[in-house]
Amino acid sequence: MVPLSYYLLLSGFLFGCGVAGFLIKRNIITIFMSIELMLNGVNLSFVAFAAHWHALAGQVFVFFVMVVAAAEAAVGLAIIIAVYRTRETLNVDQVNLLKL
Amino acid sequence: MNPMLNLWLIPILPLAGAAINGLLGKRFSRRAVTTIALVFSGAAFAMALWVTMRFSSLSLPYHESLAHWIRSGSFTVDFAFYLDQLSLVMLLVVSGVGFLIHIYSVGYMWDDPGYYRFFSYLNLFMFFMLTLVLADNYLVMFIGWEGVGLASYLLIGFWFTKDSAAAAGKKAFIVNRIGDFGFLIALFLLIKHFGSLNFDQVFQSVMPLGAEKAGAGLLTAIGILLMVGACGKSAQIPLYIWLPDAMEGPTPVSALIHAATMVTAGVYMVSRSHVIFERAPIALTVVAIIGTLTAFFAATIGVVQTDIKKVLAYSTVSQLGYMFMACGVGAFSAGIFHLMTHAFFKGLLFLAAGSVIHAVGGEQDMRKMGGLRTKIPWTFWSMTAGTLAIAGIPGLAGFFSKDEILWRAYQASWAYWLVGLTTAFITSFYMFRLWFMTFFGEYRGEVQDHSAHDAHGGHGHGGIHESPRVMVIPLAILAVLSVVGGYVGVPGSLGGNNRFDKFLGPVFHGSAPADVQQAPMGERGVPEQGNEGPEPKSGDSTELIFTAISVAAALLGLGLAWQLYYRNPHLPEKIAASMSGTYQTLLHKYYVDELYGALFVRPLINGSTRILWQGVDRKIIDAAVNDAGDGARHVSDEVRHMQSGNIRSYAGWVAAGSAVVIAFMIWIWTGAR
Repeated sequence: MVPLSYYLLLSGFLFGCGVAGFLIKRNIITIFMSIELMLNGVNLSFVAFAAHWHALAGQVFVFFVMVVAAAEAAVGLAIIIAVYRTRETLNVDQVNLLKL
Repeated sequence: MNPMLNLWLIPILPLAGAAINGLLGKRFSRRAVTTIALVFSGAAFAMALWVTMRFSSLSLPYHESLAHWIRSGSFTVDFAFYLDQLSLVMLLVVSGVGFLIHIYSVGYMWDDPGYYRFFSYLNLFMFFMLTLVLADNYLVMFIGWEGVGLASYLLIGFWFTKDSAAAAGKKAFIVNRIGDFGFLIALFLLIKHFGSLNFDQVFQSVMPLGAEKAGAGLLTAIGILLMVGACGKSAQIPLYIWLPDAMEGPTPVSALIHAATMVTAGVYMVSRSHVIFERAPIALTVVAIIGTLTAFFAATIGVVQTDIKKVLAYSTVSQLGYMFMACGVGAFSAGIFHLMTHAFFKGLLFLAAGSVIHAVGGEQDMRKMGGLRTKIPWTFWSMTAGTLAIAGIPGLAGFFSKDEILWRAYQASWAYWLVGLTTAFITSFYMFRLWFMTFFGEYRGEVQDHSAHDAHGGHGHGGIHESPRVMVIPLAILAVLSVVGGYVGVPGSLGGNNRFDKFLGPVFHGSAPADVQQAPMGERGVPEQGNEGPEPKSGDSTELIFTAISVAAALLGLGLAWQLYYRNPHLPEKIAASMSGTYQTLLHKYYVDELYGALFVRPLINGSTRILWQGVDRKIIDAAVNDAGDGARHVSDEVRHMQSGNIRSYAGWVAAGSAVVIAFMIWIWTGAR
C-alpha cells in the first residue's frame, strides 16, 4: 500500500508544475495546459484522500472537477481559436489589451 | 379678578414698528419712517399710561400669560408678563423717556442716510427693554436682557464704517457676554434648587429660608452671580469698560440706552431679586462695595475727560454705582428712585450734549467749545437744569434721590457714606466744569458764528445755531421732569412723606427674613407693610444735618469748578502739570483698559494665535487632514504599479499570496500542536 503522503507529494508537485507553467509560459495553449495540470493535481489529492478515508465524496468531487474542466476546455479552446484568428499570435504578452 | 390689561401689546407695538421700518423702511420717505417709529413707540407709552390709570384697581401683582413656552416635567416657563409697582415705575420710565428720545432723534438723525435703520433699531430696543421690565420670570427677562444687548451693539456700531465705532460695539457685546455668563449660571442654580424661574415661585421658595449669615451658601452664590450679570449690563467694576467706548454711537442712543434705560437693567434685576439678596448678606455687601467703588472711581475719571460725552459716560457709570450702593445697603426703593431721576436728568444731559454737538458742527471736545450760553439758550437752560439736578442742588430731582441714598448708606456704614459724599462733591465738580467749559468764557472752536439769520436757512449748516424745535421740546420736557421729578420722594425730614418709597413698599417691605429685619428701616419711620398709621412728620434732625453736609459738598464742587474753569481758566493746566502723575493716571482711566489688555486680551490673542491657531489648528488638525490626503496619494502612487494589466503578474501575486496563507496556516497548525 502506497502511503498517503506519496500521493500528496505527487499532487503537490503536479500543482506546482502547473503554477510554474502558468506563470512562466507565454503561449496561451501551454498556459491552458498548465491549468489542466493544476486541476488534475488537485484531483489526485481528492481521490487519494477518498481512498484513504474510504469516503466517496472526494471521488464525486473529482467528477465535478472533470466536468468543469471539460466545459472549460471547450470554451477556452474556442476563445483561443478566436484570439488567434484576430491577432495571429498566441503570445499572452501581446494580448494585453481588451480592445483591438 | 383682574381685568385684562393686554400687557403683551406694550412690547409688541415697538416690535411691529421695528419690523415695518426694518423690512420696508428703505423704500419709505423719511416722513413715513418717522410716523411709523413715533406712532408705535408713542402707542407703547400711551398704553403704559393707560395701565397706570387702571393701576389702582388691580390686585397686585398682576400676571398675564401669553403662551406656554417650556414644559418639562414639573418645570414650566411661559411667555408671561408681570406687573407690580416696581415694573410700573420701570415701564413708565422706559416708555416715557424712550418716546421723548424718539422724538429728539427725528431732529438729530434727519440727515443720516441710515435714518430708517436707526429707528428700526431704536424700536427694537424698546421692544426688548419693555420685555425685560415686564417679564414674569427670569427667562423672559433674559430674552429682554440679551435683546437690549443686541440693540445696544447694533446702535453703538451704527456708524459701522468707522473703525472705532465697530470696535466699541464689539467691546460692549463681548464684555456683556462675561456678565451674562454669570447671570445664566445663576439661572441654572435657580432651576436646580427651586425648580422654577417664575418670580413668584422662586421668591416663595426662598422666603422661608433664613439669612446665610456665616459662610457662603446657595443664595450667596446666586446673588453674586446675578451681580456679575448686573455688573456687565450696568457697567460696574470690573466690567464698566465698555460704557465709555459706547459713546461712539449716536447721541440719542447714548441718552436712551447708555444712560436712561438699558444700563439700569442691572439695578432693576437686583431690586427684583431683593428677596434673594436680603438672605445673602455677603452678596449684598459685594453689591454695596462694587457700587461704592464704581461711583468713586468713575467720578474721578470723569474729572479729566475733555470729550463732553465721555464726561457724561463716566458720570453715568458713577451714578449707577450710587444705585448699586443703595441696593447693597438694602435701600432698594432708594435705588429705584435714583434710577428714575437719573433717567430724567442724565437723559436730558445727553440730549442737551447732543444739541451742543449739533450746534458746533459735530465737535465733541469741550476745549473747543465755550461761550455758547447766549447762542443756544434753550439747550443752555435745559442743560443747566440737568446739571443742577445731578449735582444735588436742593429742590431738584437728583437732590432727593441722592440724599436718600447717602442717608441710607450712612445707616449701613459710615464708609459708604463718606465715599458717597466725596463722589457727590466730585460729581458736582465735573458737571459744573462741563457746564462752565461749554457755555461760559470765550468760544474756542472753529465753526464760525454767522449771523443768526443764516442759520435758519439751512439745517445743520452754517454757524452755531439752536437745534430745531423737534429736538428742543423733548429737552424742555425732560428739564421739567428733572426739576420736579424728585417731589414724589420728599423724605420725612424735609416735611414730605416719601410717597415713592411707600408706593414701592408692597414690593420691598416685609420680605426680609425674620432674623434680620433691618434695623434702619424703623429708624426712618418707613412703615412696615400694612402699617398706614400717621408718619412722624417732625423728621430726623440727624438726617437734616446729613442733608446739609451733602448740599455743602455739592456747592463746594460748584465753587471749585467756578474758580478753576470760569475765573482762572488757565489754572487747571498748571495744576495738571504740577500733579502730572495723578493727572496722567486719571487721563488714562487708571490704565484699566491697558491692564485688561495685558492681563486678558493679549494672552487670549497670543494663546489663540500661537497655540490654538499655529499649534493646534495648523500643526495638528490641518496637518492630520493634509497628511492623510498626502499619505493616501503617495501609497497609491506606489501601489498602482501592481495593477499592470499583465495577467501573469496578477497570477504571480495570487500564487505568492496563497503561498503566504499556506505558510501561515502550517505555522499555526504546527504551533497548535
